[in-house]
Amino acid sequence: MLETIPLSLDQVAAVAKECFDDGWRQVTMSAVDCGEAGFEIFYHYDKDLVMRHYRLSIPKETVVPSISPVYFCALLIENEIRDQFGICFSDIVLDFGGALYLEAEVRAMPFCKVSVAEKQS
Amino acid sequence: MARTILPFGPQHPVLPEPLHLKLTIEDETVVEALPTLGYVHRGLEKLCEVRDFNQMIQIVERVCGICSCLHALCYCEGVEQIMGVEVPRRAKYLRTIWGELHRVHSHLLWLGLFADAFGFESLFMQFWRVRERIMDIMEATCGNRVVVSVNVIGGVRRDLTPEQCKWIEEQVAIAEKEIRQLSSTILNDYTVKKRCCGKGVLTKDQAYQLGAVGPMLRGSGWAQDARQTGYAAFGELGFEPIVEYDGDSYARSAVRFRETLQSLDIVRLAIARLPEGEIASKVKGKPQGETVTRVEQPRGELMYYLKADGSKHMDRVRIRTPTFANIPPLLAMLPGCELADVPVIVLSIDPCISCTER
Amino acid sequence: MFNMTKNVVANLFSKSSTRLYPIAVRGHFEGFRGTLHINIDECIFCRTCMIKCPSQCIAVDNKAGTWTCEAMSCVYCGVCVDVCPTGCLSMSKEHRPVATEKQTMAYQGVPKKKKKEAAE
Repeated sequence: MLETIPLSLDQVAAVAKECFDDGWRQVTMSAVDCGEAGFEIFYHYDKDLVMRHYRLSIPKETVVPSISPVYFCALLIENEIRDQFGICFSDIVLDFGGALYLEAEVRAMPFCKVSVAEKQS
Repeated sequence: MARTILPFGPQHPVLPEPLHLKLTIEDETVVEALPTLGYVHRGLEKLCEVRDFNQMIQIVERVCGICSCLHALCYCEGVEQIMGVEVPRRAKYLRTIWGELHRVHSHLLWLGLFADAFGFESLFMQFWRVRERIMDIMEATCGNRVVVSVNVIGGVRRDLTPEQCKWIEEQVAIAEKEIRQLSSTILNDYTVKKRCCGKGVLTKDQAYQLGAVGPMLRGSGWAQDARQTGYAAFGELGFEPIVEYDGDSYARSAVRFRETLQSLDIVRLAIARLPEGEIASKVKGKPQGETVTRVEQPRGELMYYLKADGSKHMDRVRIRTPTFANIPPLLAMLPGCELADVPVIVLSIDPCISCTER
Repeated sequence: MFNMTKNVVANLFSKSSTRLYPIAVRGHFEGFRGTLHINIDECIFCRTCMIKCPSQCIAVDNKAGTWTCEAMSCVYCGVCVDVCPTGCLSMSKEHRPVATEKQTMAYQGVPKKKKKEAAE
């Protein structure tokens, strides 16, 4: 369905640099909580209306290298993911420290899975 | 020179929605701008865990108060891709018509607000008067003015009768005439040009590297529009994006103005070619898989990442709205401008903060 | 200069573009989703509307035979009207009048008896 290119943690910055030099526009990044397996982060790039998706799978509590030194626009996205999922990024150009949307004292990460009790209907 | 930090927003006469910018100014010149978001964060993406995938249509429509139809369209196309549903051709055309009418009314709204941003009240009223005609079409054909709620997974909920088609064509023709009357004011007026030309310049390379989308990107000389990917009926109708090359506030308003007229043409073309047939196909089962869909919202390219695990709830709905992508370019445009131009430049990205924070 | 004169003259002799609101009311188009109505006699308390409602404003009790709708939570999407199997739900084009308090629409109907009870 969705064709993705697997990505490992140490390639993140290098691949971003490569895409940048090759003229790809960063569309966005998406984070998904996969429960026990940790998180998945997708890096979506676009060039001439063709999209390329990189899939990075990481266990929880991993610090991901930021790509905002390469793509400045990634700073908002990374700060948002930090707010919603609690995934830390190292060296964001402008680090809000988890307080982009949230107040500084909030420590629960709202977008991590909660078990939803299925109502019998 | 001494620096002053000036808060801009969250409540400001020019902003319809709360965006806070911390402007560092030297004399009258802005040297740095830092954004603060989070005043209208509603957590709509998270709701996919408690509402089923059909109910999410009404939720995603409420991400944006202006372009609701395109959000639902993007979401429905994504779910249809996952489930392998073939949408009837008539439904595709109807989606295009309503989607483009949404673009027209959103651009007219913006042109009015933009005129208001530099203090041209009567131009604001004129644009909104034309907009009312488009809102009437929406109300008569969809049952609501803004949150039209016509898209469902597999098609659309309402059909157009031949009389309605004829009436829409008449109304669109009048609207076009009225918009053309305003063209000399928004594009050629001395005062308007004085306020917009050369303000907030985004060079071609900057626009691309900072990930700008929509009229921001096209105002800087890139011919990129998600409608070229051929969603809904655009694959059959064909589409040529509108491009301006100056990259300033004037170029962006010119892009939007010309797009308004172009969208009216698309509406007319889609009505002329409207095929007969069903308006929705039967959908069975639950989605499983993941996909990425893009549509062109009035503000730019909208991207949905959808993941479904075969239950009645979606696993993840990730919405990347155009304003979210346009804030980094805004931060790059502000340094170096005069304080008095900040409202015009901020408005020239067409900020929709409720969209941004979802 | 002459452009302006033309506009001024045109404006002098053209109709007002606004309405005198309380006297002239705009009204709504046919098919506008204004107010939700229920014909409680035809309702079979199947709870489909309650399950499908995106804003979860409808509550149906099939034992007591009550149908309630939080009018202020309703988003007027019309999904309940589409899914109702008996067609007892409908929408009229006039929207609800302004209210100073939150309103709940509550209806009491006769719950359908099970076949066994009905036979007795």
